[in-house]
Amino acid sequence: MRPLTYSRAADVQDAIALATANQASAFLAGGTTEVDLIRAGISHSEHLVDINELPLRGVEDLPDGGLHIGALARMSDVARTPSVVERYPAISRALLLGASEQLRNMASLGGNLRQRTRCAYLRDGVSPCNKRELGSGCAALDGFNRGHAILGTSEHCIATHPSDVAVALVAFDAVIRTVGPDGERAIPFDDFFLLPGDTPQLEHPIALGELIVGIDVPGAPIGRGSVYLKFRDRQSYEFALVSVAAAIEVDDNLVTGVRIAMGGVGTKPWRARRAEAALVGRPANETSFRQAAAAELAEAVVREHNAFKVELAQRAMVRGLVHSLNRSQS
Amino acid sequence: MTTVEAAATEVPLRINGRQHVVVLEPRVSLLDALREHLDLTGSKKGCDQGTCGSCTVWIDGRRVLACLTLAAAASGHDIVTIEGLADGDQLHPMQRAFIEYDAFQCGYCTSGQIMSAIKVIEEGNAATDEDISEFMSGNICRCAAYPNIRAAIRHVRDEAGGRP
Repeated sequence: MRPLTYSRAADVQDAIALATANQASAFLAGGTTEVDLIRAGISHSEHLVDINELPLRGVEDLPDGGLHIGALARMSDVARTPSVVERYPAISRALLLGASEQLRNMASLGGNLRQRTRCAYLRDGVSPCNKRELGSGCAALDGFNRGHAILGTSEHCIATHPSDVAVALVAFDAVIRTVGPDGERAIPFDDFFLLPGDTPQLEHPIALGELIVGIDVPGAPIGRGSVYLKFRDRQSYEFALVSVAAAIEVDDNLVTGVRIAMGGVGTKPWRARRAEAALVGRPANETSFRQAAAAELAEAVVREHNAFKVELAQRAMVRGLVHSLNRSQS
Repeated sequence: MTTVEAAATEVPLRINGRQHVVVLEPRVSLLDALREHLDLTGSKKGCDQGTCGSCTVWIDGRRVLACLTLAAAASGHDIVTIEGLADGDQLHPMQRAFIEYDAFQCGYCTSGQIMSAIKVIEEGNAATDEDISEFMSGNICRCAAYPNIRAAIRHVRDEAGGRP
């Protein structure tokens, strides 16, 4: 591991000043991503600004019935916060199905959003990878790409976004709140994650020294019946091949509201807007769900080993909608 | 603000109830500080990338991974390692249960397993074998002693009414 300098920030402005002073700085929260990537030689951070003493750990009510989740709140704590469990069970479930309890005790929500893809070709440090070295190519295109994305890909990168909770959060139109050298910003969740396109090395619209301070989840009664399902190669402590966050509202057996997002299939946490649009006003049954799922996956681009995800994703979406329908009717 | 330079500096660490001062560079992990600087070699280095759980310790009462924790960041917090469980020669009930149920073969993962196993019961995540498996999934056993590890955890859970 290369030498590092280390600072503890006393407050948010202190953290921003410390981080801005060094072009190769990074914030240190749980460390589960940053320490790992520095040791692997993938992150080139030279200065770590420890932000763990900042008062950003709470989960608070918003006036609209939503929640503000502090950026330093730990995954294990947020998953068991009663207001999260009641209002957004999909968020709680997604958190509990991610990583292991040790990692959930360490990892912060802000850090979860900044974690990097688990693509082995990024992490091995030697394979062609446009995220690590722009212009070097993408070894995943014709490599072992069983875990890779089928939506939002480009010819330069097909890496899957690994977060579970981000899938649930994007379904509820969460907003990321930051403070940086230029002041405060509120970034809609979908805009925080960039598609690879021609610039796969850019993953977030975040400036040097800009700190995530929290996540706002708008009030959404539909969230109370939400579910999160995760399908993977082993039962626990594994990333998703496909996951789905789903919530549905029905009146007289017609769909009046629906939220769907998917993990394991996209280069970013994937909000299934086509499927949602195809469902509103339609009968709430498996035929409609299947048609909506097909609409979402219509533009999937598959490689040698990940073609199975097209069917798996559709079945997962249908099952998620059925589970949410059952929950909302019970 | 306090900035620690890349050179080694004095890092106070409170481990198993005792205060230590170790001279460390900021890049040194808590795991390396324990093993290489304090002769507390019970916490094991399996993967050194947060995957295997053999370095599991408690910080402020929660189980975490010492390999992904910088020692400098752990300063000021309460650290407990496997060496802190026994009371003199009296082993912790979970340590005794691991011996009684033969819950290991090579033993390399065992200290991490025990540090997690005690917490699984404290957290209330040991009600069923399914729960035990799920909440112990961050501790990999290459010898696959899992059935015996679950038996040891069940024993402590049932004997202690859920609180070892």
